[in-house]
Amino acid sequence: MNTEIALFLIQDGLTNGAIYALLALALVLVFAVTRVIFIPQGEFVAYGALTLAGLQLGKLPGTAWLLLGVGLAVAVVELAQALRLGLARRIPAILFKFIIIPVALLSLAWWAAPQKPALTLQILLTLVLVVPLGPMVYRLAYQPLANASVLVLLIISVAVHFAMTGLGLVFFGAEGSRTPPFSDAQWKLGVLNISGQSLWVMGASLALIVALLLFFEHTIYGKALRATAINRVGARLVGVSPAMAGKLSFTLAALIGALSGILVAPITTIYYDSGFLVGLKGFVGAIVGGLMSYPIAAAGALLVGLLEAYASFWASAYKEVIVFTLIIPVLIWRSFTTHHIEEEEE
Amino acid sequence: MSALLEVRGLSVAYGKVEAVHQAALRLEQGRIVTVIGPNGAGKTTLLAALMGMLPARGSISYAGEEIMRFEPEQRVSRGLCLVPERRELFAAMTVEDNLVLGAFHRYRKRDQTIAADFDEVYRLFPRLQERRKQLAGTLSGGERQMLALGRALMSRPRLLMLDEPSLGLAPLIVRDIFRVIAGLRETGVSILLVEQNARAALQVADYGYVLETGEIVVEGPSANLASDPRVIESYLGLVSSGAG
Ligand SMILES: Nc1ncnc2c1ncn2[C@@H]1O[C@H](COP(=O)(O)OP(=O)(O)O)[C@@H](O)[C@H]1O
Ligand SMILES: [Mg+2]
Repeated sequence: MNTEIALFLIQDGLTNGAIYALLALALVLVFAVTRVIFIPQGEFVAYGALTLAGLQLGKLPGTAWLLLGVGLAVAVVELAQALRLGLARRIPAILFKFIIIPVALLSLAWWAAPQKPALTLQILLTLVLVVPLGPMVYRLAYQPLANASVLVLLIISVAVHFAMTGLGLVFFGAEGSRTPPFSDAQWKLGVLNISGQSLWVMGASLALIVALLLFFEHTIYGKALRATAINRVGARLVGVSPAMAGKLSFTLAALIGALSGILVAPITTIYYDSGFLVGLKGFVGAIVGGLMSYPIAAAGALLVGLLEAYASFWASAYKEVIVFTLIIPVLIWRSFTTHHIEEEEE
Repeated sequence: MSALLEVRGLSVAYGKVEAVHQAALRLEQGRIVTVIGPNGAGKTTLLAALMGMLPARGSISYAGEEIMRFEPEQRVSRGLCLVPERRELFAAMTVEDNLVLGAFHRYRKRDQTIAADFDEVYRLFPRLQERRKQLAGTLSGGERQMLALGRALMSRPRLLMLDEPSLGLAPLIVRDIFRVIAGLRETGVSILLVEQNARAALQVADYGYVLETGEIVVEGPSANLASDPRVIESYLGLVSSGAG
């Protein structure tokens, strides 16, 4: 292997690693706030990529229908609850949020898709179609059992993962998609060819990480999420409801997932079920950080990206095996150096 | 005058074991009411149920509204606030951020008067201002209690519920804390005070209830309670009967 190849692999590894890092951060966030191990994170990556791919072909993406379907399901659950609690005044808001807005977005997508709008608009449309699925999934699958044990929540995650993969097949079909790169630019830096797309991925990831940091440090909702992660009882006592914190963290996770999908779509062919492996690599990064530390999770995810790049160079057929096997010593090391995250007392 | 808080037939159970049985109590606007009783009597359970942190049966009418089915968040935004026995601070966040979060429901309502309350809390507890960039987890016991009180005040409570504010604190700090509690009444805050330190509680309160094994056994104006032989014997010790 010569320097040129080594540098190329580093570029490749860091590009993928940046996306794994984003996913790892989302997983740490969701776990800290809700104790949910968010296996369906990867599905949001696939949904983001496939929605954008659909829009680029001028087709109405299946996500628009899916959003309406899931919206109807949430509306039913919310209406039942409102009637049970005798809160009829909530009904208009429920209908607006979970039926009228999804219908409006469906119509918007229907109208806009065939006109092939500019890439930025396509990306925005993708986000407004995919991201609301995050809090809706929380409302349907997790909120009713929010106080269950980590294991029960994990089982729910597995179920949601399979459900979302299945729905992905129904709404996007079995063919894979690859979108054109955001930029065809190439720069020569010494022996290294830097592609515009990898700069896009790394730049966007970095920008997103900085934005998240600012959100957590300087906004009241960011602080509320941190507070919930630190002390759930204390957070309730100051009026931060676990349901709100849960929905907000799932919204962020869905946003991060969808953006990752948009970034990864021009690099890899994405199928309805590709999200799982991508998410799993983010998960490995998050595990390196004990599902607790954001910086270690991000570093771990970058490492996974690099490992993967080198593994695919030497033994392409075994790259997943190599990546996931090399993680075992890390897990053993972690299990000796950290104590377990305790189930919450009380 | 109608009561700010009127509790009737309140029962709270942990599984099958009832920890509070058919409690009734009443608190008028601007008053300090205390609930005293031995360890394990159910005082903490009572406050947790009033805050909505535990499921309960009975009726809780607050500011003319039945709040039994309200979530804690809804009670907070109506001015009900609990400083719990365990303080429940955000240890890994700064003192300042803890205070900010105290006002969470007011930020949601875009309340413009929050800054003034920061000044007020820092005036009451200058120590918190000195340590505002420090993590809450690094504070001493007394400072933690100040922060818990300060965080509660940031929510601008109408009814402040305090669960053993003197617990584990040095006598000098206990005196400071009780001075602040007495001062709060002047600003129109009503207070429900739970204490094992019955002497201090009855001194500052207008009215008191004695809770034993989940039931209210005696109630009355604080002065009457302080001279009630049963209360003196169980909670005030012999010293005060001699002094009284
Ligand atoms: N989480 C709990 N689960 C089961 N029993 C509890 C729990 N918390 C308190 N208890 C019981 O309820 C009773 C009242 O406790 P508590 O309200 O903490 O009393 P106090 O605050 O007056 O000391 C005690 O017998 C205690 O053992
Ligand atoms: Mg107690």
